[in-house]
Amino acid sequence: MATTKKFMYLNRRSSFGTVYAIESLEVVLIAAAFEQDVSLAFIDDGVYQIVEGQNTDGIGMKNFSKTFHALGDYDINKLYVSKESLEERGLSESDIMPLVYEDEDDDWAEKSSIKVVSNDELKAIMSEQDVCLSF
Amino acid sequence: MKFAIQVNEGPYQHQASDTAFQFAKAAIENGHEIMRVFFYHDGVNNASSFTLPPQDDRHVVNNWASLDIKDADGNPELVVCVAAALRRGMLDESEATKNSIEGNNLHPAFRISGLGQLIEAGIQSDRLVVFGD
Amino acid sequence: MLHTVNKSSFERNSLQSCVNIIDDTSVILFIEDGVINAANNSKSSMIADLAAQGRVFALQGDVEARGISSKLADNIKLVDYAGFVDLVVEHGTAVSWV
Repeated sequence: MATTKKFMYLNRRSSFGTVYAIESLEVVLIAAAFEQDVSLAFIDDGVYQIVEGQNTDGIGMKNFSKTFHALGDYDINKLYVSKESLEERGLSESDIMPLVYEDEDDDWAEKSSIKVVSNDELKAIMSEQDVCLSF
Repeated sequence: MKFAIQVNEGPYQHQASDTAFQFAKAAIENGHEIMRVFFYHDGVNNASSFTLPPQDDRHVVNNWASLDIKDADGNPELVVCVAAALRRGMLDESEATKNSIEGNNLHPAFRISGLGQLIEAGIQSDRLVVFGD
Repeated sequence: MLHTVNKSSFERNSLQSCVNIIDDTSVILFIEDGVINAANNSKSSMIADLAAQGRVFALQGDVEARGISSKLADNIKLVDYAGFVDLVVEHGTAVSWV
C-alpha cells in the first residue's frame, strides 16, 4: 500500500517570535521517514526562517536554522520561496541560506533546494497538493 | 468521508479548538468519520484533565471527550504530540513515571504519541483540516 | 481547494496572501475573526470579484457572534458548521490561512 501523497508545509511566520517555525521543522523531519512527496513553502515573514546569518546568542533560544541544511539528506529538496514576499522585505535569493541536496538521478550532483517562485508559480504548485499543513 | 483534524492552539486562549470541535461534531452528525484529531503546539493543552472552567463557560476538554473518537480497538484517536506535550507539562502516567514526576494530567479520552501520527493521519484520511492561529 | 481564513485583514495579511495564490476554481471560507473580511469595509474590494463568482463563504455563527450580519458585503454566502464540512468534502484539499 504505497500511497504517496503530496504534502505542503506552509510557513508564514519568522523563526523566534512564536513556536510555529521550529515545530513545523520538527514535523518535516519526521515526515521524511514516510516517503511522501514533501514541499515547503515560505511566504510572508516565513522567508525569514531561512535567511543566512541568524544568530540567537543574544536571546537564549536554540538557533535551529542550521537544521534546514539537513533536509537535503532526507530527500526534502523542494523549498519554494515567494518572490513577492522576498521583494516586499527588501530581500533577494542571495540573502537565503544555500540549502542543497545531492541528486541521485544526476550522478549525485549538488543542486539547490531553494526555488524562488512567483505567486503564479506558487498557485500551480499549491493546486497539486493533497495535504496542506499550515504553521 | 474520513477526516483528520489538527488543532494548534490551546483552549480558551484562541477560538481554534472551539471551531475544530464544532467542525468535528457536525462532521460526525452528518455521517462522516473523524479518524484522528491531532493536538500540536499549545493545542496539547486541550487534553488537560486539570481543566476547571467556571460553570457558565463551556468545558472544552469534556467537549472533546464527548465526541468519543476512537479506533476500531477502542483506543483514543484524540492524539497529543509527545514532544509538544512534554515541553508544556502535559504528561500521562507513563511519561510522569519515566521522568519521576508526581501526578499526571492527560485526560483518559486522549493519548500521547509521536508526530508520525500526524503524517499518518494526512496519508490515511480523505481530508486533513488545520485549525490554528 | 477550500481556503479558510481566520484573521481580519485589519490585523494580518492572511486574506491577501490567500487571494494572491488562489486558483480559478477554489473557494474561500471565512471563520473566526476572518468573518470581519465578509463585512462591507474599506478592504472589501479584495474579494469582490470572487464573491460575485459565488466563491466566498462565511461561517454564520461567527458572523452573528460579531454582530455583523446586517453589514455583509455583496454575494457572501453564509454556511453553518455542517456547511463547512460540506465545503471541505466538495472542494478537496483544505488550506488554512492563519
